[in-house]
Formats: sequence, C-alpha cells, structure tokens
Amino acid sequence: MRPRNQPRVEPKTKGVLIVVEGIDGSGKSTQLHLLDKWLRSKGLLVFTTEWNSSEVVKEITSKGKKKALLTPTTFSLLHATDFADRYERNIAPLLRAGYIVLADRYVYTAFARDVVRGCSPNWVRKVYGFASKPDISFYFKVPIDVAIDRILVGRPKLKYYEAGMDLNLSNDPFDSYRIFQSRIIDEYESMTEHEDFTVIDATKDIEEQQVVVRQKVTSILPKALANHLEAPAVVPATAREGK
Amino acid sequence: MEFYGEGIPYLKEVLIKGRLIVIEGPDGSGRSTQIQSITTKLESDGHAVVNTGLKRSELIGQGILEAKQRLPLGKKTLTLFYAADFVEQLEHKIIPALQAGYVVLADRYIYTLISRSIVRGLSSRWSHDLYGFAPVADLVFYLDVDPDELFHRVFQKYGVLDYYESGADIGLATDLYDSFIAYQKRMAKEFSQMARQYNMIRIDGNKPIGEVNASLQEKIDGFLSSS
Repeated sequence: MRPRNQPRVEPKTKGVLIVVEGIDGSGKSTQLHLLDKWLRSKGLLVFTTEWNSSEVVKEITSKGKKKALLTPTTFSLLHATDFADRYERNIAPLLRAGYIVLADRYVYTAFARDVVRGCSPNWVRKVYGFASKPDISFYFKVPIDVAIDRILVGRPKLKYYEAGMDLNLSNDPFDSYRIFQSRIIDEYESMTEHEDFTVIDATKDIEEQQVVVRQKVTSILPKALANHLEAPAVVPATAREGK
Repeated sequence: MEFYGEGIPYLKEVLIKGRLIVIEGPDGSGRSTQIQSITTKLESDGHAVVNTGLKRSELIGQGILEAKQRLPLGKKTLTLFYAADFVEQLEHKIIPALQAGYVVLADRYIYTLISRSIVRGLSSRWSHDLYGFAPVADLVFYLDVDPDELFHRVFQKYGVLDYYESGADIGLATDLYDSFIAYQKRMAKEFSQMARQYNMIRIDGNKPIGEVNASLQEKIDGFLSSS
C-alpha cells in the first residue's frame, strides 16, 4: 500500500571503507590509529572518522541533553543524526573521491547498543539503511574482564549513559557497566557472520594484531592502491593528523 | 499500544486510555485556529485535552532553528534531527498523556515530517520506515488548501514567505512564488499518496473557517461518543 520509490542506486565508489568495531577497551582505536599512520606513510589519501563526533550535532544537543532524560529511541536517533552528518559531509563524498575512509565504529555499534537499550533490531537497521557496506569490518573480540580492566585503569567514575545506568540493570555503575557491555558483546557475536566481520583476537599483543590487520587490509585494497603499500614509506610533509 | 511500523518494543505493553487526534495541513491552512476552537469545545464537553505540535521539544527545538540559519545540514541529517526531536515529545508528552486518558490534539504529526523528507529527495520507503516507531493515531485530518489560496493567506498573515515552507532550500525555481507553488503541490501530492495508508480524512480547507470547523467537530464528536 505504501508508495515505494524505485530503489536508489548509489553511485559506485572508488574509495575504500574500513571499519573497526568492538566494545570499549577492545583496543580497536589503537589499531585504527596504527593503520591510519601506516596508510598515510605510504602516501595514500586517508580520512578517519569517529562515532558520535559531529560538531554540528553536539552543539545542537548539548543543552538539551543536560535537561532531558533521553529515552532509548531519542538516544538512537541522535546517534543516527550524528552519523548522517558525518556520512553526508565526509564519508560519502570522500569515498566517491577515492579516499580510504577509516571508521572508528560504524552502523554496527548502533545495531548493538540501541538494541541492548530496547529499540527494535529491524527498525535500527532500516534507519541506517542508507549507509554503504564497508569493504572490511574488523571486530576486536575480547573477553569482558580484559576490556573492563583496560577501561577502568585510572578511572574512578563511569558516566551515566556509558555505564548503561538508564537501563536499570544495577544500582552500582560498575556492575551495570559489566552487564551492559556483556550484552553488547552478545549482539556483536550474533551479527558476526551475517555482517562478514573479520574477527581479530584482541587479547594478543598490539603489534601482533596490527600485523594481521595490515595483511587483511592489503588483501582487500584495489590493485592500484595496494601497489603503494610495497613502496617504501614516504614521509609526508603535510600529513594531516588522524584522530 | 499499536504502532505504524516496528514500533518501540519497550512500550508495547503500555495501555492507552486516551485518544490521539491529528490535524495536518500546510502553514496557512488554518490548523491552529481550528485546534483552538476544537480544544475549547472538547474541554467544555468535559474532555481533558493536551495540545502538541512539531518543533517544540526542549531537546533540540531551538537548536535546529539556529543551525538551519548558520550552516547547511544534509538532507538525511536534517530528517533524522526532526525525528529525534519528534520522538522526544512523543515519549515525554504524547504517550504519557494518552496513558493518562487525555485527548491529545496534535498540530501535525509524522505525516508532515515524512512528506518533507520525501519531497527533499529521500527514499519514500526509508522515510516511512523511519517513523515506524510512531503510535497509530485514532483520527487524522488533512486540511487541503489550493497552493494559490495558501500563498495569499501566508502572505497576508506574515508578510513574507518562509524559506523552508517555500521549498527554497531545494531549488525548485528561481522565483520564490513559483517555488512556493511547486513545493506546496509536491507536499499535497505526498499527502494524497499516503492518505489511504494512514486513514486520513481530507477536509476542504478552502472553505470558510466556520464550515471547516463544523465538519471537523462533527467527525470528532462522532468518534469520541462512539469509542
């Protein structure tokens, strides 16, 4: 009954989209940082983008977030807005222009977190339906205790939403955090196969993991780009700092 | 509670005692005038009424207006912002009022947001699915007014055309009058296409205020007394 448009065919992109996923403390950002440095050192065009980092969205919601108690659906849509802003402003145009786009968390973070918070899995997937599929998605798999130890070193306090306190899992923020993160792991595990995750054992040494990551990336790059990787590193005078 | 699409799982068991009545229509169609008099009538009949509208939430309501003036937001970004703003009101105002047994009289609901998104070129299916979290309304009216007539009403009321309500952001025409007419026609077309899906009752908004009011009130009274 609903009017349906013709399916939209996204323009074929020349760039490469590489995603890292995993719970907090899985070490994925460190790995992405090293990947970023390596690709840049080879003279490739790289852009790195982080989850929940759009300045525009932050500015618009910063006042409201303090006032309002965010419901799971509002929370989900604000993150989707943030993602859309980065997608429309950076990710989509840069992929078309041939960049290697590195995403520290992508739609799978929403699929995991929003569902744990109580949103409908199908609805969340539809909301993010406009996002193109990554060329490779790394999932940094780590036991909950290892991740929690890494995260809590030197941190006396957890933030309200970070600990999942809005879910009423426990009155103790640390207990709550553990339950919340375990559930997120379950969601990641359940989509690993369907979403083609490349699973990395994140208990291994940082350098060991990076070797595997670089091998995998090399194997999925188009030939023209992969050829760059064999050349010696160029030290870019004006390399833009990746964050 | 019943939803249009996937719904909000954690609210599925919520029991609704109230009624949700929506008046849709473009600016200048007389929505707010009608809502005022319907509210007065319903209250005098002993119904507890709550009024809601779009763009009123504390979360990002003001933020959107400021951002639109300063920097161009992408279409998907803007659409998702409106959805976030809407759901904020839905969960904090509309649903609690419905649970408490109020008649919620909504000055526009998801249909305007969906139409705007589609008219701006986003996928129709995506736009409808996005609002799949919205509870099904009991009565939906659409005040249909000819674009030419609308133009005069808006101009006489505000002395100026609204940038977005004229579709000036999507470059339909270089001339603001042409743009306004083209935009309103497209919005009306989206409404007529979704009329059946959402059980919309079309009301001829070209008629005098009193006549429009009489037909709205008659249908609302009929519904409230039968349910």
